[in-house]
Amino acid sequence: MGTISLKNARKAFGDTIIIPGATLDIKNGEFVVFVGPSGCGKSTLLRMIAGLEDLTAGQILIDNKDMTDEAPSKRGLSMVFQSYALYPHMSVRNNIAFGLKMAGMPKDEIDAKVAKAADKLNLTEYLERKPGQLSGGQRQRVAIGRAIVRNPSGFLFDEPLSNLDAALRVNMRLEIMQMHQDLGATMIYVTHDQVEAMTMADRIVVLNRGNIEQVGSPLDLYNKPDSLFVAGFIGSPKMNLFGGAEAAKHNATTIGIRPEHLSISSTKGAWPAKIRLAEHLGADTFLHVDAGANGMMTVRAEGEYEAHTGADIFLTPDATRIHRFGADGKAIR
Amino acid sequence: MAQKSSLRRKSFVTVLAWTLGLLVFFPILWTILTSFKTEGDAINIPTFFETGWTTESYGVVQERSNYFQFAWNSVALALGSTLFALVIAIPSAWAMAFAPSKKTKDLLMWMLSTKMMPPVGALIPIFLIFRDLHLLDTRFGIITVLMLLNLPIIIWMLYTYFKEIPGEILEASRMDGASLGKELLYVLTPMALPGIASTLLLNIILAWNEAFWTLALTTKDAAPLTQFIASYSSPEGLFWAKLSAASTMAIAPILVLGWFAQKQLVRGLTFGAVK
Repeated sequence: MGTISLKNARKAFGDTIIIPGATLDIKNGEFVVFVGPSGCGKSTLLRMIAGLEDLTAGQILIDNKDMTDEAPSKRGLSMVFQSYALYPHMSVRNNIAFGLKMAGMPKDEIDAKVAKAADKLNLTEYLERKPGQLSGGQRQRVAIGRAIVRNPSGFLFDEPLSNLDAALRVNMRLEIMQMHQDLGATMIYVTHDQVEAMTMADRIVVLNRGNIEQVGSPLDLYNKPDSLFVAGFIGSPKMNLFGGAEAAKHNATTIGIRPEHLSISSTKGAWPAKIRLAEHLGADTFLHVDAGANGMMTVRAEGEYEAHTGADIFLTPDATRIHRFGADGKAIR
Repeated sequence: MAQKSSLRRKSFVTVLAWTLGLLVFFPILWTILTSFKTEGDAINIPTFFETGWTTESYGVVQERSNYFQFAWNSVALALGSTLFALVIAIPSAWAMAFAPSKKTKDLLMWMLSTKMMPPVGALIPIFLIFRDLHLLDTRFGIITVLMLLNLPIIIWMLYTYFKEIPGEILEASRMDGASLGKELLYVLTPMALPGIASTLLLNIILAWNEAFWTLALTTKDAAPLTQFIASYSSPEGLFWAKLSAASTMAIAPILVLGWFAQKQLVRGLTFGAVK
């Protein structure tokens, strides 16, 4: 079991409101990602679920039991911290075993569980080392080992990969996804990286200034953003957003079109534009173009596109892929 | 050229350091030398090498007053007050470092400000309280006073060390199911051990050397080495050699401890500023 429900959970420090009131239901076994820019309250929300922050108002239910005022260790959740937060004075073995020792488990049982977790995470030969003698990736594995050994009903990850280098991050991302498939446990994962959110999540929760902007599957958010904020945040490169006469033509204050939903022609098209800069990634080319009244836009061209700075091109949007937004920033459907 | 001038600067600094060091150490050296002279030589103009060195002062001092009782009291007061203070200071510093409120900084400043008050200002009330509670000349009473005296410094030092420990590690232990006591015992204390050790050492030395309160509140039963020295100073007239012998015996243990603990002490005295 591992359902987690927030009922109007609110967090304020004095007059400063961090989370005005979050309501969310997370199903058993779901992989949910909290994503948003820094300072949006995603880590605070996670820490409220963990029990490391008190709620100002509202409720947190875990497996349908009210856990609002329960101690962190009583909630049946494990957490992996951004800084790993390993105990520097303990060996890897004791780091992993600490939670079991605190629970008063018999020693032979602890040894068996630690051995199993270490084997799963390729840590067996490092068990007697101190965290200071491990690489960043190995430390991350120890932190995960410490989390899984307690066999929790849910895992909480607080930006666990942001201290790793790019190559390792992709590996660990896959390992965490694999772990989710193997264990089938509920996982909540906090990140500011929308690529991590898109690739890992069953459902994404987009947060903006403490408010839940939208909850949905990665493709839901990509195809049907509810607001300008979500439209701008999800997708890489960002969606082109602009107002003016072109938007008015679509009965909207702002319209958006993703770089991959614009077709390029050198002879004819809806919007004339001038190439200012090209980014060649091999598989794709991203053109940064000046589209006159519509401002600067990003366009994705497939494969290797012969781009000359200053060349005139024409862009045509896929009409079914135009997103319309009203004056309040909400989507018009 | 550059190498030459840097060498010159280095030797200048070395000479300066030695000069200052010897200047500071000179009174102690002088005391130790005097303690090995006869009373007659001790008051004469110093003649280092013709003097007949003797240990008779030590013999007289030990004969006349029981050194070991005073020394034992010093050990008991220094260790007792420091350990007592640590038991209070570790949870206090934990609270200030990891669960601060808006007033924590003010509280820390206020605690430190008590150290700025001249102790004599509190002498009469404390003396009266001690008299009424029958704490005068008891070890427990003096330990309590010395503990309170050094508590602000101990809390400040521990606070500074604790601030260096990432809060996430303590939170991890809370997720792992450690109670507050276990968190302090198994996670915080071992991680802060170098800091706690230097705090302990520095405060043993401070308590050992404390003279004002120990002289004012003890006479015999709880009297530490400060009383031992003082008993040779005034009433019996000029007995430089015996006074020096008593002083040497009083400072020797702490000097040896300081010598062996130099490294830890430097860390303690810099208040955690140097990692």
